Amino acid sequence: MMNTDVFFYLIQVFIGITLIASAIVAIRFRNLIAAVIAMAVFSLALSLEFFILQAPDVAIAEAGVGAGLTTAMYLLAIRNTTDEEEVAE
Amino acid sequence: MTTVIIRTMTRILTPAILVFGSYIILHGHLTPGGGFQGGAVFASGLALLIIAFSRKRVKEMFEKVPLSVFESIGALGFLGIGLMGIVMYTFLRNFIANSGAPFGMPTPEGINPGFLNTGGTLPYLNIFVGLKVLAGLTSIVLILFLILRREENE
Repeated sequence: MMNTDVFFYLIQVFIGITLIASAIVAIRFRNLIAAVIAMAVFSLALSLEFFILQAPDVAIAEAGVGAGLTTAMYLLAIRNTTDEEEVAE
Repeated sequence: MTTVIIRTMTRILTPAILVFGSYIILHGHLTPGGGFQGGAVFASGLALLIIAFSRKRVKEMFEKVPLSVFESIGALGFLGIGLMGIVMYTFLRNFIANSGAPFGMPTPEGINPGFLNTGGTLPYLNIFVGLKVLAGLTSIVLILFLILRREENE
């Protein structure tokens, strides 16, 4: 039987690790579509954190705008150009 | 351009997303979320539709949808509800509450599960804000899609 506070504490630690990992991965990826998906994972983890901190309003807005619409806009912009980042000389 | 997997999942998921967005807008005065959040969820469902299908299909789908008219109705409706309140007493006065009109049922006292038919002008304001937000965000994605030139040449 797990205490609820301990459970939420563990989830928050997990979310923090996910946020940092997905942010680093989004910067490091050479393939731009993979980087955009990493950004979407970042937004999703952030909205879960908002929900745990008892701000469901902000969580819904973050999930809708952050994970849905900006990802769509990035994908459309990448489709118009190339999806591989050029390596700086 | 897109794969069969994306198109099939879009066909399955889009109705659910649109219903969920409408639910958030309509229950704005009872549950978390409101006009902006519901409109953003609804617009992300339509953005999924825009991304998954080809340029020709998207043009067919959105040719008959007057998004700019929806956006104007949203802004003018919000202002109209506010100005109707000014006739009664002051700007944005809740003149529908407890009047028996739609969304005007008297709210019972004490702890209750929340009734949809309450709230007065708030559900109307949520609906207008949701209409404006979904039309605006969808038209941004749609314009970004329609200025693409690469797919036209293929």
